[in-house]
Amino acid sequence: MQTKLNEIREKAIAQIEASKNLEALNEVRNTILGKKGELTAVLRGMKDVAAEDRPKVGQWVNEARDAIETRLEAQLKKLESEALKLRYEAEKIDVTMPEEVTEPGSLHPITLVKNELVDIFGSMGFFVYEGTEIETDYYNFTALNTPDDHPARDMQDTFYLTPEFLLRTQTSAGQVHVMESKKPPIKVISPGKVFRSDDDATHSPMFSQMEGLVVDKGISLCDLKGMLDEFVKKIFGSDNIKTRLRPSYFPFTEPSVEVDVSCFQCGGCGCKLCKGTGWIEVLGAGVVNNKVLEGCGIDTNEYSGFAFGIGLERIAMLKYGINNIKMLFESDMRVLKQLHE
Amino acid sequence: MLAPLSWLKEYVDIDVTPQELQDKLFSCGFEVEELYEVGRDIHDVVVGLVTSCEPIPETHLHVCNVDAGKYGSFQVCCGADNVTAGKKFPLALVGAQVIMTAKDHVTVEGVMTIKKGKLRGYDSEGMLCSGVELGVSDDMFPGASYNGLLVLPDDAEVGTDVKPMLGLDDWIFDIAITANRPDCQSIYGIAREVAAVLNKEIKPLDLSFTEDGTEKEGFTVTVDAKDLCPRYIAHYVHDIKIGESPLWMKRRLALVGIGSISNVVDITNYILTELGQPMHAFDASYIEGNAINVRRANNGEKIVTLDEKEFELNDQNLVICDGKKPVALAGIMGGLNSEILDTTTDVMFEAAKFMRDNIRKSSRSLGQASDSSAMYAKGVYEYTTVIAMKRALHLIEELDCGKVSSTHVEVCTGNSIEPRELKVSIEKVNKVLGITVPTDDIIRILTSLDFAPVVNGDELTLMIPAYREDMESYPDVAEEVIRMYGYDHVVSTFMPTAQVTMGGFDLRQRSELKLKRALCGAGAYEGIHYSFFSPSDLDLLRLDENAPERQAIKLINPINVDLSLMRTTLAPQMIRAMARNQKRDLLEGKIYEIGNSFIPKSLPLTEYPDERETLCVGVFGENESFFTLKGFAKIVADTFDLTFTYEPSVKPFLHPYQTADIMCNGVKIGYLGKVSYEIMDDLDMRVPSFVMEIDLRQISEYYGNEQKFEPLPKFAIEKRDFAFVVDKNISCASIEDGIREACKYVTDVKLFDVYEGIQLGPNKRSMAFSVVFTPQNEEFNDEMVEGYVKKILKNLENKLSITLRG
Repeated sequence: MQTKLNEIREKAIAQIEASKNLEALNEVRNTILGKKGELTAVLRGMKDVAAEDRPKVGQWVNEARDAIETRLEAQLKKLESEALKLRYEAEKIDVTMPEEVTEPGSLHPITLVKNELVDIFGSMGFFVYEGTEIETDYYNFTALNTPDDHPARDMQDTFYLTPEFLLRTQTSAGQVHVMESKKPPIKVISPGKVFRSDDDATHSPMFSQMEGLVVDKGISLCDLKGMLDEFVKKIFGSDNIKTRLRPSYFPFTEPSVEVDVSCFQCGGCGCKLCKGTGWIEVLGAGVVNNKVLEGCGIDTNEYSGFAFGIGLERIAMLKYGINNIKMLFESDMRVLKQLHE
Repeated sequence: MLAPLSWLKEYVDIDVTPQELQDKLFSCGFEVEELYEVGRDIHDVVVGLVTSCEPIPETHLHVCNVDAGKYGSFQVCCGADNVTAGKKFPLALVGAQVIMTAKDHVTVEGVMTIKKGKLRGYDSEGMLCSGVELGVSDDMFPGASYNGLLVLPDDAEVGTDVKPMLGLDDWIFDIAITANRPDCQSIYGIAREVAAVLNKEIKPLDLSFTEDGTEKEGFTVTVDAKDLCPRYIAHYVHDIKIGESPLWMKRRLALVGIGSISNVVDITNYILTELGQPMHAFDASYIEGNAINVRRANNGEKIVTLDEKEFELNDQNLVICDGKKPVALAGIMGGLNSEILDTTTDVMFEAAKFMRDNIRKSSRSLGQASDSSAMYAKGVYEYTTVIAMKRALHLIEELDCGKVSSTHVEVCTGNSIEPRELKVSIEKVNKVLGITVPTDDIIRILTSLDFAPVVNGDELTLMIPAYREDMESYPDVAEEVIRMYGYDHVVSTFMPTAQVTMGGFDLRQRSELKLKRALCGAGAYEGIHYSFFSPSDLDLLRLDENAPERQAIKLINPINVDLSLMRTTLAPQMIRAMARNQKRDLLEGKIYEIGNSFIPKSLPLTEYPDERETLCVGVFGENESFFTLKGFAKIVADTFDLTFTYEPSVKPFLHPYQTADIMCNGVKIGYLGKVSYEIMDDLDMRVPSFVMEIDLRQISEYYGNEQKFEPLPKFAIEKRDFAFVVDKNISCASIEDGIREACKYVTDVKLFDVYEGIQLGPNKRSMAFSVVFTPQNEEFNDEMVEGYVKKILKNLENKLSITLRG
């Protein structure tokens, strides 16, 4: 009996080791340990074994089964790991092949600049007012101390819709609406589209501005300079940028200034960007003209203010090095895809 | 404006370099846009004496020996016909730079450097120059325009630089003048600023002249249009001898780009440049009726101006008339009928103030302009009219070209041209600036500007000259002080006196940005298009005559017809943008724009129109479809936690069977669809393109809706799939509705498969839906779910006559 069991055991182990896949291994398991398996048959034949021999034979059978099962397990693990290895090998890829991504789109460069400005000025306490693109002559000019015969009207060629209605030439038009509806203290920025009858390589008949206005007690030219210092550092991302004020003229501010920043490309030594001057003109500003405040019912003995106007395209072109303003309005995918947040 | 350094020096002792002066002017508000030496292109050209001059046989050339003093003697070949031994000419040394001309010796072609050369076997070391080659005309130097050598005076010192004697060492400042300072649109005006910024005295103008006592008997000036002409001065000059102006005057005019005409005309141009006062000289013998009348033109009245153009006038135009007819278009140009000719013997000089608005408008509407009209449009002060007339009469005497009569008529409305008093508080001036400027500096600065400041405690009393109409109150004084004191004195402060305020976007602005970011997240790029568009855009869309989109606001003065209407829809520009990309071989893309469309309440406008915030999305590419675009509508809906529904629709520019209206809570808020084949053909579009517009105003009421958290279901959900064979005209939405309304536990219905095939029969399709049931208060059992399924099937059968696929 022992011999027979040994034969079964050795045959089984040989078969197990010869199994090259899971099916073959299962087959072996069935032929030995299955319901009609050889070892199972031995167990079934126990009744024919003499009673005193049964424990010994039972032990032999169990030993044989344990040995076979151990080998089965081991072979199973081996085959599984080989199969896994093959699967991995079959799935080998060339990692240098191009990636696949669903690319997100992006905001327009002007929106990017606008958002950045709103972040900066919003943190300083400026709320955002967006006026209408179609304005009246009164809000665009008259209320901004630019009466009919004023030479400043020649400075900007205006698109008229009727003698009264026009396309706003400056976001300053929003100033008066804000001051008419809100008492000081006022800190507001007013971004939007503006229109002038200019059409050449550096001018577009539509472009974007952002007006800023502060009206409160004791506001002076020094506050304007202090705020602009902070602003240019943030927008051009460097603490080394300096501002320079120089005299200029706008009807709605007095004194009026042009604001230059030290060239962020050459650091002020002179380069192509700053045309060798070391300075780049970025915006116009000034102390709000008393006539404008008084026209809105604000007491100039108590309050004063400053205002500034920034060209968003100008900032975008400086920041991103865009060389043609018209490109911004053509929705050319090649242009739009270049700039991200 | 152009200001020659030599002219400024007549009125101010300028002891700084041109570059230093440029910086000084810049710092006080006068940007020098360009600063250049008149002879910037010329160097190393000296006085040369031709010591011998022999013709080269069988040519027009001469071989000369030229003595150049300290530079030595050179053999030079010369082709000019006036080269003569014993005469002095400009000699360009080897290495010199001069202006290059074409074969005609007149046309300028650039600059050139002189090299050693050989002509017909003769060495030539240098070049004898013509006026053109040195950039000099007759007005700069007599005889310089001769097409041959420029002849230098016999007393010129051999070997010296020719530039000073030709006026080429002068500097020109091209200065930008801001609109508030028309008084600086002149040499003398700039000189005043130069004197102030250099802390020098301004030398007075020589205004002296002697009236000879003769009178033009009975001469009268009347001004009917006093509102347009507050001051008119006429002075009669006789025994005029028309001739050439002296070199100094011709040269100065040449430096600012004005050609010399004759002494009398040159005087008017000289005054315009020096003082900024347009003047006019009439030939007095053609003034009929011994009278000047300033009035509005009669409608239909005609005048021929000096440049022989005829204009038909109306009552918006101001004219200067004699006793019978218009003799000048006021402020713009004189009439041909009273032009100064060589034979003129009597002149009536005019110096007047005309209102700038009138001159500007007339000049524009008539399309006629001149240096005078440009100056009037900038602004001319009454003060200057008086000075200018005196200066003109002085020049008449200085040039000895006429006799000043005693007939002087001045008509004015009574405006003062004397300095006026202005009192301001020093404290207020300093408060504007935010710094305390020492009072001594304030006094020094205001004195240099001729404001005669007197300080009494905090009170500053100024006498403002009449040419400074811009000075009105303390902020103006603050500006004068700081521009001279220096903006670098302004220190940075951060609103220490201001109150804290809340900043940032409001709800609408935040919501709009949220929407933009969501669209970007789905792969779309933001574009911005013009707010105006073309009438042809409306035609492109094939909108019929009565379509509301055709009710667009027109620009009165557009740049061109393509930018002449305020857009009423964003679609055409989006379609064109997609077409442009396709033309550039960019065959897929997703673009959106959020911008206004402009809907008038009435035309022409009598009130603000509706500026309707609109979203427009365009997608194009072989992989795009109506449904990929519809995905963007879903993004909009999801962004604001809304549900949109869709109804088949028709638009003249979209595919008739791939177009839908977008509805939100029963309100139509927009549309989407496939761009029609007709438009694709018009614009050479190559790939399927789709466009959507949504009126954001319609959904703005939902901005900021708080999203509510729903507790997770306590019990397991159940899922069932249904497949139906249905008529194609039964919409997906109606089946969905049929499912939802049949059972309140249905929380989601999704179409997951659509199949069409011959075996289903024509006009049929198979649609498979996955339905989710979510229990509310108790766990479902199979029986309950079976019951819901039966209810759904019954409802669909009753409503739509559809049954489960067999």
